[in-house]
Amino acid sequence: MSAATGQLTQAHLVVEQALEASRSEACIVIVEEDSEAELRFANNTVTTNGTRRDRNVSVISFRETEGGTAVGTASSSGAADAVDLVRRAEANAATAPPAEDASPLVGPSGVALPSEFADPPQMTSLAGLGDVLARLGDAFGRARSAGTSLYGFAEHQVSTTYLGSSTGLRLRHVQPTGKLEVVARTDGGERSAWAAAGACDLATVHVEELEERLVRRLAWAERRIELDPGRYEVLLPPDAVADLVIMLGLSTSGREAEEGRSVFSAPGGATRLGESLSTQPFSLRSDPGEPGLECSPFLATSASGQDMSVFDNGLGIERTEWVSQGRLARLQYHRAAAKRSGMEAATLADNLILELPGATASLEDLVGRTERGLLLTCLWYIREVDPATLLLTGLTRDGVYLVEHGEIVGSVNNFRFNESPVDLLSKAIEAGRTERALSREWNEWLNRTAMPPLRVAEFNMSSVSPAT
Amino acid sequence: MATVELDADFLALPLESVREAALDRARALGCEHAEVRVERIRSQVARLRDARLETSADNLELGIGLRVVHDGSFGFAATVELDPGAAGELVDQAVATARATAPAVTERVELAAEPSHGEAVWTSSYRLDPAEVPMAEKVALLEDWSGRLLSASGVDHTTAYVLAVVEDKYFADLAGTVTNQRRVRVHPVVEATAVDAEETGFETMRSLAPPAGRGWEYLLGEGWDWDEEIARIPEYLAEKLRAPTVVPGAYDLVIDPSNLWLTIHESIGHATELDRAMGYEAAYAGTSFATFDKLGGLKYGSEIMNVTGDRTVEHGLATVGYDDEGVQAQSFDLICGGVLVGYQLDRRIARAKGFDRSNGCAFADSPGHIPIQRMANVSLRPAAGTGPSTEELISSVDNGFYVMGDKSWSIDMQRYNFQFTGQRFFRIEKGKLAGQVKDLAYQSRTTDFWGAMQAVGGQSTYRLGGAFNCGKGQPGQVAPVSHGCPSALFKSINVLNTRTESGR
Repeated sequence: MSAATGQLTQAHLVVEQALEASRSEACIVIVEEDSEAELRFANNTVTTNGTRRDRNVSVISFRETEGGTAVGTASSSGAADAVDLVRRAEANAATAPPAEDASPLVGPSGVALPSEFADPPQMTSLAGLGDVLARLGDAFGRARSAGTSLYGFAEHQVSTTYLGSSTGLRLRHVQPTGKLEVVARTDGGERSAWAAAGACDLATVHVEELEERLVRRLAWAERRIELDPGRYEVLLPPDAVADLVIMLGLSTSGREAEEGRSVFSAPGGATRLGESLSTQPFSLRSDPGEPGLECSPFLATSASGQDMSVFDNGLGIERTEWVSQGRLARLQYHRAAAKRSGMEAATLADNLILELPGATASLEDLVGRTERGLLLTCLWYIREVDPATLLLTGLTRDGVYLVEHGEIVGSVNNFRFNESPVDLLSKAIEAGRTERALSREWNEWLNRTAMPPLRVAEFNMSSVSPAT
Repeated sequence: MATVELDADFLALPLESVREAALDRARALGCEHAEVRVERIRSQVARLRDARLETSADNLELGIGLRVVHDGSFGFAATVELDPGAAGELVDQAVATARATAPAVTERVELAAEPSHGEAVWTSSYRLDPAEVPMAEKVALLEDWSGRLLSASGVDHTTAYVLAVVEDKYFADLAGTVTNQRRVRVHPVVEATAVDAEETGFETMRSLAPPAGRGWEYLLGEGWDWDEEIARIPEYLAEKLRAPTVVPGAYDLVIDPSNLWLTIHESIGHATELDRAMGYEAAYAGTSFATFDKLGGLKYGSEIMNVTGDRTVEHGLATVGYDDEGVQAQSFDLICGGVLVGYQLDRRIARAKGFDRSNGCAFADSPGHIPIQRMANVSLRPAAGTGPSTEELISSVDNGFYVMGDKSWSIDMQRYNFQFTGQRFFRIEKGKLAGQVKDLAYQSRTTDFWGAMQAVGGQSTYRLGGAFNCGKGQPGQVAPVSHGCPSALFKSINVLNTRTESGR
C-alpha cells in the first residue's frame, strides 16, 4: 500500500472545509476514499481486470425545528465542491420533517479511539493482489493438462473513512479487504469445485493451496451418485455456514421484532429475547476487535435506516453477542429506538462470528464420524421465502458429496433447499472449531466472518437441480 | 416521445478535452481499441416507515472509466478526478494493467466491428426530471400514500419509498463514435403489513407498479393508476391474512405479467446471455444450460413461445441509444416457435463466436466499472391478433391459481431449477376465481415450465415489468432491465406450501 498522490484536495481538509461552510445548527461530514485492484479469469484466461480510485463525500445537516430536528443529506463522488454539497444538504434539511431517530450528536468525549486524522488515505494497486497474478499463468497450464478449467476472481480493496462533526469528532479508519475465489470445472462441465479465501492481505493467500483443495474435490467427484430430494443429515463447511448465518445476523432488527413482523417476534408486541434457539451454547457475535477480522470501531453512515441513525455517527461499536449460550441475547437498535423501547442501543460491526465454546473438531473429523450424510461446499441464490420463519431458499453449488461410514464415496446432484438459519441452530447436532470463512453468496457485503463446520439433522433438500 | 434537452451542467464538464487527452494517449501507446466514458449518475432515495421519513439520500456519482485493448489484452482504469491530465494517466494505467495481465491471457481479445456513428445524442422518454423535484415534495407524496393505507382498517404498518436515477453519459472511442445520452428511471413502491395480534403471524401486500424508464410524472399517474392501486391494497391484504394455506400439488397456473416478468428474467434473460453460456460467469453468476452448441436446436418451450431482446422499447429500463461499446441499440430474436435462435452479445463474445456484429448489450453500471455483457429488455410476445384476455385464460382452468405480483425468487447456477412466490394467489375453481390462498410457491425446471405454456394472452394483457437491481459480474454490478409479457397459462406446475417446507 502507498499513500495517495492525486490532485484531489486532501480528505481531512475536505471535512474541515465543509464543516466551516456549514450554516446549520450541526453538521457531520464523511469522506470515504476507496482504492481497488481486481483480476477476473475464466476458461483458463484472464477476462477482465482493473484498478480504480473512488472518493465519496457525504454531508449531513441538522436543523432545529418545531417538534424536533430535521436532517438533510447530500453526497457526491469525486472532486465535489464541499461548499456546494453543504448547500444541497442544507436545502434538503430546510424542508424535511422532524426526524424520528433524533438523539444528541456524539461528541469527542463519547469516543476514545486512536485517530491519525490528517494522514492520507491508504491505497492499493495491482501489487495488492500478492502473487496471484504471477502464479495464475502456471495454474492455468496445470489445469489445462488435467483437462480442467479455472474460473475466478481476485480483489483487493482499501477504504479509508474520515468522519468529522461540528461537535468536535475527528475519526479515521483504514479498512483493507481482500479475497480470492476459484472454481475448477472439468472440460465437459460434469464436475466442478469451489475454493476461496478472504483476507485483509492477499500476500497470505496462495493460488496453489486453493488449487490443491480443488483437485482433491474433483477427485472425490469421479464417482457420481444420483439422490432424490428429502431431509438429509448434512455437513456444512464454515463457508456454507456463513452463507446462512449472515442472514440470521441481518434479521436481528429490534423494531421489526417489536412490530410483530420478524422471526424474533413474540405474540402481543413482545420479542423472543432470552428465548433458547438451540440446546447447544452457541455464541453469535460481532466485534470490531476480533483478531484477524478487525473492522471499524465507530459508526459512520450517510443515511438512516431501520436500526441505524445518522445521529449516531461516531458512536463506538461494541462487541455484541446477538446469541449467547444458545439464547437470543440482543437485537439491533439505534439510540432513539433503544430509548423508546427501554433497550440498549446495539449495532452490527462489519464482521460476524459463530462459535461453540470449546469445540475443537475439524470438518474432516466431522466427516470421519458420519454414518451417512451429505457434505456440502457452498450455497447460492439464497432468498427469503417467509420472513415469519426466516425460511430461506437457495441451492447447493460446486460440490455435494455423499459420506458413508466416515468416508467420502462420491459426488451427488445439486439440490434446492428450503431452510431457516434459526432452525439451523436448533437442528445442529455437532459443531467444530470456528475458523475464517468466506460466504460465497454474501461476501461482497460481509467479507469478515468466522464460522464452525456444522452437522445438521433433517436439512430440507426440496428438489433436485440438474445444474453442474 | 417527449423531447428533452441534455443537461447544461453536464455539458459544461471538460468532456471534449478529456476525450482528446485519453484517445490521443491511447493512439500514441498503440492501443487497438480505446473507449472513454464520462458519467454522472444522480440517485435519490426517500423511504417512509409508517408515514414517517426513515431514510433519505441524494447522491451524485461522477467519474471517468477508460478501457483499452492493448496487444490482445484488456486493461481498465477509472478515477474520480475529472481533468485531461487524469484522463491521460488513466490510459497509462490501463495499458500497464493490460501488460501486467498479458502473461495470463491465453485468448487474444478481439472485438466485432462496429461502424462509427459519428456524433450522436439520445435521451430516454420522460417529462419531469425526478432529481429536480424537491425532497419535501417526494416525502409529501409518499406521506399521502402511506396515510391512505394506514387509515384503512386492518393495516398495521406501511413502507413507502421511491428510488430515482438520472444518468448522463458521454462516450467516445477510437473509431470516432461520440455519444451523449441521458437516461431517467423511477421505482416507487408502497407496501402494507397486517399483524395477527393473537398469533405470531403477519402478511404484507405490495404495489404491483413496476419500475419504469419514466420521470416523476409516473408518480403523478402517468402510466399507472396509483389511486386505484392504493385503494385496493387494504382489502387484498385483509383477505390474504384470513386466507387458507395452500394445499401443495400440481396445478394449472395463470400467471399475470406482474409475476411472470421475473420468471422470464431468471429463466430466459440470464440463460440467453452468451458470456454465461461460454462460462465467463462460472465462478459467480453462473453458466447456462442453453450452451452455444444448442443454438438453433434447443427446444426451450412450447410452440407459442416467442421471445425477443431489445434495447429500444419506450420506457424500458435497459433502453438506450448506444451501448458502452459504441454499438447502436437493436431488437433481436432469442426464441422463435419455442426454439433457441439467438443470444445477447457484446463485441468480444460476438467476435469469438463468429457473429458479424454485437447486438448492443455491453453496459457498465458506473464510471468505475468495466462494461460487461448485460441484459437487454427480454420480452415474451403476446398472442397474434386480439388473443385471449386474462379472464378468458382463467375461465379455461378447472383447478388452479391466478398468480399476481413478484416476491421471492431463486434459480440455480445453470438456470434450470427455480422457485418463485408472489403477492397474491387466487384459487381458480371450474374457471372462476374463488378467493386467495397463502404460503404458495411454485417450483419448476426452465424447459419443463416453458414447455407447459399452453396459452398466451393477447396484446391487451401485455405489461412491462422490471427491476433496478439485476446483479452480475465481479466486482458486482447492478443493472436496470424491463421485461414485457402477456398473461399466460401453464399446465400442471408443482405448487409448494412454504409453511410445510419450513417443517411447520
